[in-house]
Amino acid sequence: MRPHVQEGGKFHAFHSLYDGLETFAFVPNTTGRKGGVNIHDAIDSKRIMSFVVLALLPALFFGMYNVGYQNALAAGGDMTDHVGMFLFGLAAVLPKIVVSYIVGLGIEFVVAQWKKEEIQEGFLVSGIIIPMIVPVNTPLWILALAVAFSVIFAKEIFGGTGMNIFNPALITRAFLFFSYPSAMTGDDSVWVAQNTIFGLGYNVPDTFSAATPLGEATVGNAIPCETICNAITGLIPGSIGETSVIAIGLGALLLLFTGIASWKTMLSVFVGGGLMGWLLEGVGGNQLEWWHHFVLGGFAFGAVFMATDPVTSARTECGKYIYGFLIGVVAVMVRVLNPGYPEGMMLAILLMNLFAPLIDYVFVQKNISKRAKRAIKK
Amino acid sequence: MAKVIKLRKGLDINLKGKAAKETASVECPGEYALCPEDFTGLKPKVVVKEGDVVKAGDALFVDKLHPEVCFVSPVSGVVSQVERGDRRKLLSVRVKCDMKFESKVFKTDDVKALLLESGIFGMIRQRPYDTVANPDETPKAIHVSAFNSMPLAQDFEYVLNGQEAEFQAGLSALSKIAPVNLGVSSKQSAKALTEAKDCTVYVFDGPAPAGNVGVQINHIDPINKGEVVWTLGAEEVIMFGRILKTGKVDYSRTIALAGSEVKAPKYYKVKVGQKLSTLLAGQVAEGDVRVINGNPMTGVKTCKDGFLAAHATEVTAIPEGAEADEMLGWIMPRFSQFSTHRSYFSWLFGSKKEYVLDSRIKGGERHMIMSGEYDKVFPMDIYAGYLIKAIITGDIDRQEALGIYEVAPEDFAIAEFVCSSKLELQRIVREGLDILKKENA
Repeated sequence: MRPHVQEGGKFHAFHSLYDGLETFAFVPNTTGRKGGVNIHDAIDSKRIMSFVVLALLPALFFGMYNVGYQNALAAGGDMTDHVGMFLFGLAAVLPKIVVSYIVGLGIEFVVAQWKKEEIQEGFLVSGIIIPMIVPVNTPLWILALAVAFSVIFAKEIFGGTGMNIFNPALITRAFLFFSYPSAMTGDDSVWVAQNTIFGLGYNVPDTFSAATPLGEATVGNAIPCETICNAITGLIPGSIGETSVIAIGLGALLLLFTGIASWKTMLSVFVGGGLMGWLLEGVGGNQLEWWHHFVLGGFAFGAVFMATDPVTSARTECGKYIYGFLIGVVAVMVRVLNPGYPEGMMLAILLMNLFAPLIDYVFVQKNISKRAKRAIKK
Repeated sequence: MAKVIKLRKGLDINLKGKAAKETASVECPGEYALCPEDFTGLKPKVVVKEGDVVKAGDALFVDKLHPEVCFVSPVSGVVSQVERGDRRKLLSVRVKCDMKFESKVFKTDDVKALLLESGIFGMIRQRPYDTVANPDETPKAIHVSAFNSMPLAQDFEYVLNGQEAEFQAGLSALSKIAPVNLGVSSKQSAKALTEAKDCTVYVFDGPAPAGNVGVQINHIDPINKGEVVWTLGAEEVIMFGRILKTGKVDYSRTIALAGSEVKAPKYYKVKVGQKLSTLLAGQVAEGDVRVINGNPMTGVKTCKDGFLAAHATEVTAIPEGAEADEMLGWIMPRFSQFSTHRSYFSWLFGSKKEYVLDSRIKGGERHMIMSGEYDKVFPMDIYAGYLIKAIITGDIDRQEALGIYEVAPEDFAIAEFVCSSKLELQRIVREGLDILKKENA
């Protein structure tokens, strides 16, 4: 098989695809190069990305269940049919995952073939995050467009995974948010699946609309205690994967234990958000307590899975504290002070993606100055 | 009491096949070779012809730019081959040993002249650039590391046993050129090391690469732009001591033959440049085995008929692994693999478990994705990741600012081992240093 896909072979056009599948099935057998170490740690970027996907699964599965739960709740359906609710959610979410992967990986394969590089695994994570951070009613063609935009313009033109400035998944969401606002928040009808799929679920009356609790808070409505409880378990309307703090927490544990996500970034996001939430308690029409910000909307999901993206976050160890802290601060600031946007996590992370190199610059420059001073002193 | 410097960053890799502390002799293979490639930055000029009769200590080739720096024959005999490769590049000069081991006699009292004539100077490396030292420059200090913390490396304290006087003589003589700093491990207790005279002893306590002389320099007295320090291997100090004592060269080493593919790992008495065939015969397992001149972290792949590299203090053999087909490596538990990463299970087995690692890279090369990986195992006050990026992008000013003058490729060995993007850090640093040297020349 291999000779056919090599340079000059019949199927050379599929070289990157073959390579991708082969390294997926077997650990590459290339042995150590001249002038380098002769042994290597077993870790590679495939393993890391796979574990991020593993960490995302609890939130994804819970998100599917919640899609069915919200549908049944809105239609007044049978709330004890848990399997049915999950299956409905699966049927609603799976097409989005498939579209996201086909479009994104398709572009990756083409680019890899063109640049004669190996397929990069980065999109394995982005591709599953993207369906999790959009409302359940996002049309598939819009999703496909957004994925294509972000993979090409947020990642590949910068040189692929590891070279991008902005988190590709968030760029997808930002693209949707600004280009198709009605499909993203609109009239609050986007958060709950409205129609039956393959006979699963229920048809919801056309007039039905459900705002997210965060949306309610922005317009000045009080958030009842049970809503906060539901927000912790995740049984509230919202983007597919962002609702359950418990499921996200499970993912966070895996990421922190394996050391893939930096605890410094993650902790600092919560510290920054908490501090800002405390300062702004009662400001404006917002009636949220400081810790409510953690459990509502995409704060926890963003802090755990998006802020900690190693490529777009600060790379110096001290910089990670500042980077995370400012994400928390900005996210809560947008939520509370800007009446137009109920959610601020996406914008906060994208903004700090932009500032991460500046934060690093300060710390690297400190090291450089120290070295320069040492030379002068002598 | 010597100053103790504690290092936290780094990684000890526990490999199977450590050399037992006994020394065996090995039959003389009859052929020795000196390879210019072992001396980084050298432009060699051959000064012998095939058929010439040489004694131990006679120059085989010299540095074209500094002809006083000579690289000498380790044994007496006849020059059997001047091996050249593409574009007449000198690959090695081989000497057929006459089994008499006669040596040229050196009588000079001047330390530097003796170093140059006897060929020991060729073993000295300088920082910046980690190349053969330039005899025209006066170093700020001479650094000697008395231990190697890399996996399967030679235990110098064992080798030193019985050669303490030569070691001290070498140190004392070197101190006439520049102040000598001796880096000792906190695990070493030999008086010849901890109470060495005519030098300042620093004790280092920490995981690999604490034994790297570059790491030690960074903590003792970091190099600034324009400064030069010399470094010399601890066993080379003993070789120099022998010349001082007897007037004759004796390029004998006690090397460790180690690794999971070696049947009975232990120490052997050999000479620099010795053909490895008799050493390895019957000792190395059959099958696809990688023989390494040096330890698996910094050594260079060779073959069973290769020659002992000039600076190599051990020869190691590990499985090549090219035939291993591991399925679905991205998700399988892979209990036998070693990883610093907790997505594998080596953290469960503790630091006592010995691993058999083959030479596979175990992943595809990517751009630098994870952050902070290098910093965890790079015990210098340098942003390793940023320095690597500056080298890749060819930004010379930034390389200087980030401290490239303080590093050598070997300092990045552990970082290269743990790198999840599988970047060739040692090669990148070597190329960066070469370009910088050319620019500054």
